[in-house]
Amino acid sequence: MVATALQETPLAAVHRSLGARMVDFAGWNMPVQYKSIIQEHTAVRERVGIFDVSHMGEFLVSGEDAHAFVQHMIANDLNRLTQPNMALYTQFVNEKGGTVDDLIVYRRSDDFLLVVNASNIEKDWNWIQSYAKQFKSLKLKNISDETALLALQGPKAVQLLSDLVGRDLSTSGSFSYGEGEVDGVKINFGRTGYTGEDGFEIFCATSHAEKLWKALLKGGEQYGIEPCGLGARDTLRLEAGLPLYGHELDDETSPLEAGLGWSVKLDKGEFVGSAALKKLKEKGLPKQCVCLRSEGKAQPRQSYEVYSNGQKVGDITSGALGIHVGYPLAFAFVKPELAKEGTALEVKIRETFVPAQVVRRPWYKRAK
Amino acid sequence: MLTYPAELKYVKSHEYVSVEGDIATIGITSFAADQLGDVTFVELPKVGKTFKNEEKFGVIESVKSVSDLYMPCGGEVTAVNDKLSAEPELVNSDCYGDGWMIKVKLSNKAELDEAMSADAYKEFVVE
Repeated sequence: MVATALQETPLAAVHRSLGARMVDFAGWNMPVQYKSIIQEHTAVRERVGIFDVSHMGEFLVSGEDAHAFVQHMIANDLNRLTQPNMALYTQFVNEKGGTVDDLIVYRRSDDFLLVVNASNIEKDWNWIQSYAKQFKSLKLKNISDETALLALQGPKAVQLLSDLVGRDLSTSGSFSYGEGEVDGVKINFGRTGYTGEDGFEIFCATSHAEKLWKALLKGGEQYGIEPCGLGARDTLRLEAGLPLYGHELDDETSPLEAGLGWSVKLDKGEFVGSAALKKLKEKGLPKQCVCLRSEGKAQPRQSYEVYSNGQKVGDITSGALGIHVGYPLAFAFVKPELAKEGTALEVKIRETFVPAQVVRRPWYKRAK
Repeated sequence: MLTYPAELKYVKSHEYVSVEGDIATIGITSFAADQLGDVTFVELPKVGKTFKNEEKFGVIESVKSVSDLYMPCGGEVTAVNDKLSAEPELVNSDCYGDGWMIKVKLSNKAELDEAMSADAYKEFVVE
């Protein structure tokens, strides 16, 4: 048997020294939890948590055609970024309307930074390169290996990073991008995240990741910071109604079906996948992602079946006990006629048909 | 903390048994609780139900996983820990105490001869 070596982030040794349980995630050896997923989830909702998400991919796009190229590749409208240091959430869409990946695009002074899912780095890189030939003045650079990414999330995140960079970041807007220095480490950060909380995603050179991680943990002590693993990241994103690639999104599922229509700008002009998306919209979506709230305490989980009046009508793509909201919740795909809020459905959990209701997305929304 | 009290018996599916007379108290070991992580739900049988040795008697869910619970011995259920429905986390915090699951009237005490001692179980989980 040939074992494929798992990739590790520059912080793998630090995670192990903190007692993390490590698991294989998309070929990466990542911490799933340190002490307890519930404690880590709660720390992010109430205080602040820090996540190592260095496994994610980063591409730089520069050159005179960079704007036109990125605009051509994404479903959102890049012109919404009216000046540098702004970011947006979007997707790459294939020619059939399926989702190649979802990502965040940062407009910086001289280039665009694209942050993509770890599981899709190679696919995305090949994808954008295959369209790059049509553009003359364009430079693409995959900087995933030399870039570390830490997510600082929770109501105390802004205060904490403000302390450490020595300036007030509270007035920086959501999805803004900036730079600074923490303990001598040069950082860039977006006011973005994947937890439903306020906070930042902070980039630094791989070689400085450990120093930055330690400075954030130390500075966060007074705010009750907790290191958080991928387990809490998943329960947090789910409760906040955020899709996860490979679950709610894949090559066969369009962002429209996944409930991301708000980020798809079909009126911006042609882009890769726009024709297929338009057609899909005209014909009517074959399926739609809904938010379910189920009764009892048993957890709906991925691939459990969804029923309506004894008929199977769909599948769960992600499910969990909503740790903060306190009830079981799940994303499921059903026909549009069953997607209306208040629709009564059932989730088959083991041998039991558990009542569930379609509810408004998301389950958890933070108070502004 | 992973502990394996010497007075208990253990089986490979990670349940423990504590025997007093012909009544056995059954739960899962601290090793199992630690592997599961935060326990969120325990589905247990009703009093009066009879199970054979190694038969499935319930289900335990944690945030990340769901597992079946197996009888370490045969018997009739005489008591169920109702506290676990409101406080499943007791399985994590006190698996051998308030986190017990069911009590059964043993149908054949000799079945427990095959269960492991604390030392043997400890060796089993280290492997």
